[in-house]
Amino acid sequence: MNFEHLIPILASTVAAATPLVYASLGELIVERAGVLNLGVEGMMLAGAITGFAVANQTGSLMLGFTASMGAAMLLALLFGFLTLTLQANQVATGLALTLFGVGLSAFVGRPFVGQVVNGLKGLSIPVLSELPLVGPLLFRFDPLVYGSLALFVAMQWFLNRARGGLLIRAVGESPASAHAIGYPVIAIRYLAVLFGGAMSGLAGAYLSLSITPMWVEGMTAGRGWIALALVVFATWKPWRVVLGAYLFGGVTILQLHAQGFGVRVPSEFLSMLPYIATIAVLVLICRDPRTILLNQPVSLGRRFHPDA
Amino acid sequence: MRPAPDLSVPPRLVLRGITKRYPAVVANDNVHLEVRPGEIHALLGENGAGKSTLMKIVYGVTKPDAGSVIWEGRPVHIGSPAEARRLGIGMVFQHFSLFETLTVAENISLALDERTATEQLAARIREVSENYGLPIDPRRLVHSMSVGERQRVEIVRCLLQSPKLLIMDEPTSVLTPQAVLKLFETLRRLADEGCSILYISHKLDEIRALCDTATVLRGGRVTGTAIPSRETPESLARMMIGSELPECHLQPRAPGDTRLELDRLSLPTLDPFGVTLREIGLSVRSGEIVGIAGVSGNGQKELLTALSGESPVDKVDMIRIMGRPAGRLDPAQRRRLGLAFVPEERLGRGAVPALSLADNALLTGSRRGMVQHGVIRHVTVREFARAVIYRFKVKCKSEQAAASSLSGGNLQKFIVGRETMLEPQVIVVAQPTWGVDIGASMLIRQALIDLRDRGVAVLVISEELDELFMISDRIAVMAQGRLSRTVPASDTSLEQIGAWMGGVFETATAKLVHA
Amino acid sequence: MLKLEPRQEPSRLMSYASPLIAVALTLATGYLLFSLLGKDPAQAFYVFFVKPVETRYGVGELFLKATPLMLCATGLALGFRANVWNIGAEGQLVLGAIVGGGIALLFQDVQAGWLLPLMLTGGVLGGMAWAAVPAFLRVRFHTNEILVSLMLVYVAKLLLSYLVHGPWRDPAGYNFPQSRMFHEAALLPVLMEGVRTSWAFIIALVPAGLSWFFAEKTFAGFRLKVSGLAPGAASYAGFSEKRNVWLALLIGGATAGLAGVAEVAGPIGQLQPSVSPGYGFAAIIVAFVGRLNPLGVVLASLLMSLLYLGGETAQIHLTLPSAVTGVFQGVLLFYLLAADLFIHFRPRWSPAQPASAPKAAALAGSDAA
Repeated sequence: MNFEHLIPILASTVAAATPLVYASLGELIVERAGVLNLGVEGMMLAGAITGFAVANQTGSLMLGFTASMGAAMLLALLFGFLTLTLQANQVATGLALTLFGVGLSAFVGRPFVGQVVNGLKGLSIPVLSELPLVGPLLFRFDPLVYGSLALFVAMQWFLNRARGGLLIRAVGESPASAHAIGYPVIAIRYLAVLFGGAMSGLAGAYLSLSITPMWVEGMTAGRGWIALALVVFATWKPWRVVLGAYLFGGVTILQLHAQGFGVRVPSEFLSMLPYIATIAVLVLICRDPRTILLNQPVSLGRRFHPDA
Repeated sequence: MRPAPDLSVPPRLVLRGITKRYPAVVANDNVHLEVRPGEIHALLGENGAGKSTLMKIVYGVTKPDAGSVIWEGRPVHIGSPAEARRLGIGMVFQHFSLFETLTVAENISLALDERTATEQLAARIREVSENYGLPIDPRRLVHSMSVGERQRVEIVRCLLQSPKLLIMDEPTSVLTPQAVLKLFETLRRLADEGCSILYISHKLDEIRALCDTATVLRGGRVTGTAIPSRETPESLARMMIGSELPECHLQPRAPGDTRLELDRLSLPTLDPFGVTLREIGLSVRSGEIVGIAGVSGNGQKELLTALSGESPVDKVDMIRIMGRPAGRLDPAQRRRLGLAFVPEERLGRGAVPALSLADNALLTGSRRGMVQHGVIRHVTVREFARAVIYRFKVKCKSEQAAASSLSGGNLQKFIVGRETMLEPQVIVVAQPTWGVDIGASMLIRQALIDLRDRGVAVLVISEELDELFMISDRIAVMAQGRLSRTVPASDTSLEQIGAWMGGVFETATAKLVHA
Repeated sequence: MLKLEPRQEPSRLMSYASPLIAVALTLATGYLLFSLLGKDPAQAFYVFFVKPVETRYGVGELFLKATPLMLCATGLALGFRANVWNIGAEGQLVLGAIVGGGIALLFQDVQAGWLLPLMLTGGVLGGMAWAAVPAFLRVRFHTNEILVSLMLVYVAKLLLSYLVHGPWRDPAGYNFPQSRMFHEAALLPVLMEGVRTSWAFIIALVPAGLSWFFAEKTFAGFRLKVSGLAPGAASYAGFSEKRNVWLALLIGGATAGLAGVAEVAGPIGQLQPSVSPGYGFAAIIVAFVGRLNPLGVVLASLLMSLLYLGGETAQIHLTLPSAVTGVFQGVLLFYLLAADLFIHFRPRWSPAQPASAPKAAALAGSDAA
């Protein structure tokens, strides 16, 4: 094997990792604020179909991506209303959101099966993109790939340096204390949930507008759940989310290319790899309960009612 | 002695006709209260009298149903703690409002309404904390601090905003007697500088030692105002509970065989914010009550889970129940050896909130004929629950009432009653009267004494020194995960126990090794 | 201002009323949805909810589709009560189908009466084995059973896909990815002439009854309930968390596995790449709408089955995509979760604050000036 072969693999690894980066970073903020939204898969699907439908109808990818965030935020709003305002169980509501997203996207997406859009293109910067090796590895990705890295940097700064990040962490640790010293816990959690929704929507649209520019029912194929697992794997730290996403991107792409390398295993077993890898990393991280206790936002998944 | 308050100065804060109703209870009923600049004003009342609710109203956490708050002569609506802070009101909560995973500086910056650069803030924290004799390091993570240190953080957080009124909610429950004296010095100095202090407590001695004036609450109503230094504990108690403080007495009694024995019990904590237990030695004999004193957060929680079996220890011999090695037994197996257990957390541990009292009887009583061949005998369960309710005067609709519908005191009576009626050989009781009104407290303490007199070995872990001196035959102190040797309650003093609570004491280990 | 205040005790009345409220609201939403789509709501309702069950065959289909839902949801409900979130029933169902179906294929020459019981047992064990993975990993390594059980759904589906594309493909099947049709002795007999409902429906009532007895009458059921309501109280009382996790997941796996084998030995009659239109996921909704109560689950599974049938008739008669079923399922669960609020909280009108006094903030501002 030589670099000729490796470059497209590395490049597609980056593409496969990007939606995971968006979705997991979004969920990371939600969980840091103490909310567990298991509806990532549903919101991604909503984003995928909305983005595709809008781009297909208007011909504008920009509009498509924007609409995908809007649609997923609507679902996130619904989740927030149920769990934050109406105090519903977060696990059950998150599951409901996923089931609803699956059904709704299939319903809305019916007419778009088999349609096409012009997917998001990689950059083509004069000189830089043409460089051998460095060009395809650094300068030919689409803008959202660079966006995901910018998001990571921004989030790293936000969580550790910004007052808003401090507030999110505080609310995630002890909503009662935050309430007692006068912070609007519910409002802060709404914002986090909405942000998580927007990122999930974007991640979904990245699937249907960039990686495979078409709409297929259930096309997220569990990526929303893998994103949730990544947040645990990352012990709620952004840099580890990115690391994990790229590892998973690698696993996904490797299994696609494995047969090209002459691996004689039925394709179904190769396709199982990302799911089995998810289980494996969860075992690895959760093995020592202290790892989770130390890092998990203390109030994660618990209801908070200001008067109770 | 501080000079008597100058009544010619207009009050800084006036509460007029404050009423706050909750579904089950009127927490505040037409409450009036006045505080002047530089005055240390006590809000006295027993648990459940409505003190905390009233203070939360002043601090903007809770909104009153009726009445008005007048601040420096003007009526105000304090809609949020931020508004309260802008007026100059600071509050130190009983259950602190700190974030354990954040540093001291981060914690304080969250409560400041203006933004300050980190270094600048750290410098101000050091300056203020040293100035008032409350040294803290701004860079430390709160979870690594003792409860007393955390209280300093809370106080310094308020002081940084130069408050005109400081509310202290039961501040001494987390302090050693020596630390209480230091706190009082700080508070007096603040008052001398013109700060008003609202001091919430149910401890008569403290209020007589510290406060200039007092408002007494009972059942949500004001039952009197007083100048505490001119009152006796008896007269204050009459205002607080309508009668004199009842007392329990132990009849001297020779203890019997050793029933619970801890031999160099060590337990590394799994919880990253927990305390590691180190070489704890203790024995509790039939017919005696052993009390464990100490500021909470010094390993009591860990000791309790080690005793109950929720965290099994490494060596079976570290814990012996009825002479049998029990270190690796689970809670159910230990119960079978005759252990009963009253945890400190009532809702969610000692009882399942959403379930009926009958089901809560089944929770630990399953061996008393309530289950046959794996099937629940509901009739037996209900009978047992009714017996507990009757014998321990638990106020509830019926044995079908949900545990969550009971007041703290009544639920505690039910739990203590349930464990007592399981006829244990050994009983471990944590914080028997935490948040419980005086009537229920006395009933619970008497129940423990009756158990002792029937030959049960009783171990009580409590923050309330007065309580321990009232009901213990022997007392030990827990500090930083270690346990002192036990001393007969009659041979020791508040001062000695207080000094031990600071962490300087002999352990029982040496003795046990030679024995 | 409308305020919510916590009730002292959960309201029993509301806990039964809230599924009904949720159904009513779902119907109202359906009315709106049909109107928006330009369909006559009255006719759409008829097509969706009445037409499917107008014939005996239709009623049979109702019970047919309710069977796997009821089975899966019965097991899930017990787990959810214990706060064990097995959401991989779909995968456990697939494994039940694989093992049960595998036995049918293995003994294709056997006509004896023991074959069906063996298949059903195999299906149950297959489902249990699949559920044992999240149970073991949670008990031993503290991994989250939600994520593990869900990941295993994908793995199970891929496994089935491999089998029907590869080793178990019908040699005489024109290369279609499906197994041989099962022979007579490997098929569950139908209940009566003219319907496709098999004895599986009757068999499914047994776990429902057993689980009612288990949940309400046995101490093991009580322990499960306590560990869900208050994990702290469960460990205080000495109820082993590990045992509860194992129990909850194994029961869920067993019923889902049974559902899987009953599908392939019933209406499907062979192994195909897809043996369930998401019954294992819909069963989550069934479990909640049924109040995690076995009798409720029976009723809710009939309702959910009707939604499936309605979706199919709507596709034919209203030219609506059958995916409308998924939308209704999701909406129903949302309304239920919302209505459940009133089990723990009661709405109360609280008089607005008197507006006479100025806001403290404004006052503080003037003080500073």
